[in-house]
Amino acid sequence: MAGPPFLCPDQSGRGSMDTKKTTFNNRLLPYLLLAPQLFITLVFFIWPAAQAVKSSFEREDPFGLSTAFVGLLHYQRLFEDPNYLDALSRTAVFAVSVTALSMLLGLAFAASVDRLVRSGKVYTTLLVWPYAVAPVVAGVLWWFLFNSSTGLMPFFLEKIGIDWDHDLNGTQAMILIIIAAAWKQVSYNFLFFLAGLQSVPQSLMEAAAIDGSGPVKRFFNISLPLLSPTTFFLFIINVNYTMFDTFPIVDATTVGGPAQATTTLVYKVYQDGYLGLNLGSSSAQSVLLMLIVMVLTFVQFRYVERRVQY
Amino acid sequence: MAGIKIAGVSKIYAGGVKAVNSVSIDIADGEFIVLVGPSGCGKSTLLRMVAGLEAISEGEVSIGGKVVNRMEPAERDIAMVFQNYALYPHMTVYQNLAYGLKNRGTPKAEIDARVAEAARMLEITQYLERKPRALSGGQRQRVAMGRAIVRKPAAFLFDEPLSNLDAKLRVSMRGEIKRLQRRLGTTSIYVTHDQLEAMTLADRLVVLNGGRIEQIGSPLEVYHAPASTFVASFIGSPAMNLVAGEIHGNRLAIGPALIDLAGAPPASGAVTVGLRAEDLRLAHEGETVLPMTVDYVEELGAQRLVHGLVGDQMLTASMPTDMVIGESLSLTIDQDRLHFFSASDGKRIGSGTNVATDKTTAAVETA
Repeated sequence: MAGPPFLCPDQSGRGSMDTKKTTFNNRLLPYLLLAPQLFITLVFFIWPAAQAVKSSFEREDPFGLSTAFVGLLHYQRLFEDPNYLDALSRTAVFAVSVTALSMLLGLAFAASVDRLVRSGKVYTTLLVWPYAVAPVVAGVLWWFLFNSSTGLMPFFLEKIGIDWDHDLNGTQAMILIIIAAAWKQVSYNFLFFLAGLQSVPQSLMEAAAIDGSGPVKRFFNISLPLLSPTTFFLFIINVNYTMFDTFPIVDATTVGGPAQATTTLVYKVYQDGYLGLNLGSSSAQSVLLMLIVMVLTFVQFRYVERRVQY
Repeated sequence: MAGIKIAGVSKIYAGGVKAVNSVSIDIADGEFIVLVGPSGCGKSTLLRMVAGLEAISEGEVSIGGKVVNRMEPAERDIAMVFQNYALYPHMTVYQNLAYGLKNRGTPKAEIDARVAEAARMLEITQYLERKPRALSGGQRQRVAMGRAIVRKPAAFLFDEPLSNLDAKLRVSMRGEIKRLQRRLGTTSIYVTHDQLEAMTLADRLVVLNGGRIEQIGSPLEVYHAPASTFVASFIGSPAMNLVAGEIHGNRLAIGPALIDLAGAPPASGAVTVGLRAEDLRLAHEGETVLPMTVDYVEELGAQRLVHGLVGDQMLTASMPTDMVIGESLSLTIDQDRLHFFSASDGKRIGSGTNVATDKTTAAVETA
């Protein structure tokens, strides 16, 4: 039996991705149109990255007057440096916590807003707001909120017996930057999760309701599996965010302290290179950071993507 | 197994729009009811209220004698087949069929047995391990049916289940649905805008228009004695010819033609006259004549539809395929085949086609 397969309507409700092909008559025009973006990428990304790779093999004096090739010396020293290895494990804690917290909160908010009919737009606007706040401002904001002498939060925390001082307590400092970094990222995750939830066909939820599945069960049995492409995408984006883009938040709240307790890899790159003027080691660190992210992304694509339902 | 009683049900949306207007239908156990009407007539809304997917604004729905107004869809003991099938894309066919049973805590062995039985009935056994996206439209349709039948519900609800299929497949699936429903004997409500689908599937048709019931009856009753001009023009293909006429004494005037009415005329003054294309035939010598100027002819193979003008009114007649059609035809119609409708509100006047109705009732009983 069965009709010709090309007549099948797309039952998921998501249209097939027919890419439109535009033909240019002038062969140079496409390159010309790409040129500005390529130029910016080359000058601000590729060239500095190449420079970093190059200088990671060199020793340079702080004034840039003499440069000597030292091979893998910087890399070798990094792996012998307990400070670096500590920063590595701290970054792992930070990345996992921020990714988990911001994705869970984003999903929770998205699931709540998805249930609203009319007021949804208002909540969406409010929830997206933090994303527009500059990272440094976000950092300062949380620094104020948790300031041990003037902040609002330590005042309340004291009432439940918690003595908050992130200037002295390294764990508390880590919690602070995790909260600040996650807070900024919740908006982004929320938006994508909401869009994902709203593209789940209503009839699927209705069919599941008739099949005797309650709202919570429907969420876990139907919505969540159908969200897996979104979840996978956000996972990669969030890991990249915590690795690279959290520098301003650390700098504005804890400055890597106390006693290096919040010095993540990206912050250490800045400390050693910009403050310590050890350009060679700093370059080696940024190259390693880049490699770590590349490996993580590769692993995610290789092993996690298989489990994703498209 | 259970009957469904819909009593004075209305759907009123915010702003006072009445999508469904006090509809009452008594559906017997095992009956196949088809709700038919143009888009926006409220047929889907009515079905969704029975399913529990829409709140009931007024009135009462009971399934198997229990009022279900306040029950969740899952508690109503119904199964629904959706227009886009609504199969869970991330589950295999087996999981799709088993989901409803699993949610109700059915033992694994029984789930296996029921899924196997449904799959065999629908001939989808070899696809049980596939995901829906690897199936054709017709196969997905079967899986959607399977998901409904494994639960052995009190009633099936169908929401335009065939409208996503191509024409040929639609005809064969139509037959399968009918056969399956007969075999299982499950009370069914089926929504469609396709009058042919409605005619072929229904034990009883419910013709809806603007949220109200225009007529309830067996397909042939509705066909042979439409309750209004709306039903007359909606049911049957080609649509019934509706022309303006006037009754003076015993004579009916349609354009230039005058027809003598035997017996008491059903009304007097202006009326709307309904004539089925297949009831029109060529006039023999001495019969009343409706002179038609031929406009164009549609050849359908088994049948040939002649469109033309009688006076200044369009008329379609079904003519045998073996005759030569010139520029004009002399048509006639048996008087008992005439339908009269009020010119003001379109409601049927008198019984008109008593003979035909009696014949159809007999036909239904012998079938």
